[in-house]
Amino acid sequence: MHRQSISELAQSLRDKKFSSVELTQHYLDRIKRIDPQLNSYVTVTEEIALAQAKIADERLASGDSNPLCGIPIAHKDIFCTEGVRTSCGSKMLDNFVPPYNATVVENYLDAGAVMLGKVNMDEFAMGSSNETSYYGPVKNPWDTRCVPGGSSGGSAASVAAMLAAGATATDTGGSIRQPASHCGLTGIKPTYGRASRYGMIAFASSLDQAGVLTRSAKDAAIMMNSLISFDQKDSTSVDVAKEDYLQNLETSVEGITIGVPKEYFGDGLKIETAALVQEAIDQYEKMGAKIKEISLPHSSLAVPAYYVIAPAECSANLSRFDGVRYGYRCENPKDLEDLYKRSRGEAFGEEVKRRILVGTYALSAGYFDAYYNKAQQVRRLIKQDFDEAFKDVDVIMGPTCTSPAFKFDSKGSDPVAMYLEDIYTIATNLAGLPGLSIPCGLVDNKPVGLQIIGPAFAEGKLLNIAHQFQLATDFHTLTAPDLD
Amino acid sequence: MDSSEIQKLANLAMIEIDDSQVSEVAARISDVLALVDQLQAADTDNVTPMAHPLDTVQRLRSDEVNEPNRREAFQAIAPESENGLYLVPKVIDAG
Repeated sequence: MHRQSISELAQSLRDKKFSSVELTQHYLDRIKRIDPQLNSYVTVTEEIALAQAKIADERLASGDSNPLCGIPIAHKDIFCTEGVRTSCGSKMLDNFVPPYNATVVENYLDAGAVMLGKVNMDEFAMGSSNETSYYGPVKNPWDTRCVPGGSSGGSAASVAAMLAAGATATDTGGSIRQPASHCGLTGIKPTYGRASRYGMIAFASSLDQAGVLTRSAKDAAIMMNSLISFDQKDSTSVDVAKEDYLQNLETSVEGITIGVPKEYFGDGLKIETAALVQEAIDQYEKMGAKIKEISLPHSSLAVPAYYVIAPAECSANLSRFDGVRYGYRCENPKDLEDLYKRSRGEAFGEEVKRRILVGTYALSAGYFDAYYNKAQQVRRLIKQDFDEAFKDVDVIMGPTCTSPAFKFDSKGSDPVAMYLEDIYTIATNLAGLPGLSIPCGLVDNKPVGLQIIGPAFAEGKLLNIAHQFQLATDFHTLTAPDLD
Repeated sequence: MDSSEIQKLANLAMIEIDDSQVSEVAARISDVLALVDQLQAADTDNVTPMAHPLDTVQRLRSDEVNEPNRREAFQAIAPESENGLYLVPKVIDAG
């Protein structure tokens, strides 16, 4: 039953082929059997899952029409779950049991979805390989010698190995799209402000956005229908009318104009990846889309601007972890300063400390203009590139990553090698735009992703365009080798 | 970035860094700063810094209490608390 899509599962539940309790138990058994090879779950919430499944079965019996009712999903361990440890992949929050739910978690509860557990991630969502997690790296189900991508590596690996029907995730610089690419999934990051950030542990508040990872665009549309909501509790939530993402999936792509930025096909892009991405764009042309070469001239400045803005915001956000109100506290502090310094020094991992220090530097007296202000100016230039492009094209397409998933420990000690992993995804976060990745083929039996970027609030269009590709091709139906 | 600068930053950020790790941390942070220094080449004259991707402003709400007081639930997860207060090592010396 785990091979069925979310819409097929929804139908099976209504046809009484199996109950949500049976389906949930099936997934829990798979997690127990298979996940020790992957490490995608930090916490499996067996009792809660079965209790939620029982409620879902009652709702289904009384005619509940939500397609997520009774569907087992996983939540990234960055979303606060009342009564369930929320670690954010960090020793700092290893003992943190939130007294409230994130709005995103509430939305899925309302839909009747079943929470199987909390999935692994890079510490505080800082990383592109899941190697920075306090709970150890997650392995890629396609090749367990390789990373699943990050930071939403647990979300991606659990869905790719069919240990959850879908998963929530977050994307600050590519943390949904890059793992989607590396694990052969559909992953969407909505427009900034579209999904609530309430109860989603903050990394870089002007960039963070919740999204979903699934095995098809149609499944993503179903998950998005519950993810998106206007939320008074999030001061940057945008009050734009909710849309039904299933409604326009069937619209033809005939006549749309696809922009292909020349900067996304430069040095660094592996030739085999470029070929598959080009074939996918050719497929769209066959389906009636017009292709237009465009330029996003400030693309090369996206990574440098991001590594000022994200660390600056991270250094402010993570100042709340002080060993006083919740989370880790060091043993026998000799005074208050010692308590702060050792609690933070002992509980944050290397990458997190590095970003806090870089952010502290960029915001410190004498450097603010040269770094932070400059980066915010460049951010506007990057946004203007997209504004210009979208005057002529409906969406932009290119690779999600330069190459397929890489092996563990292969990036060396220079953090910049890892930062460049997000070279094609970061600009969309800086500009606040929606982006999506869908699988478009395999290189050495490892998936490659096609990235589709849209103007603000075009997530419905992105899902439609992705779905049309998946009607015409079968890359999204390829699954990782059976680990059972 | 030298060792004394790293210690100063670590002090500002309230993070203890072991002396044996300072030079490694300094080297890696220098790698990152070399990357971000590429920004200096960009022509940003007369460009307004962009703080919010959609250029919207903070939404305001009416000044009314809308959240219940959940002090006990929040303090239950504190490392140390007593009588509604968070406990930390003594800050002011009695002597």
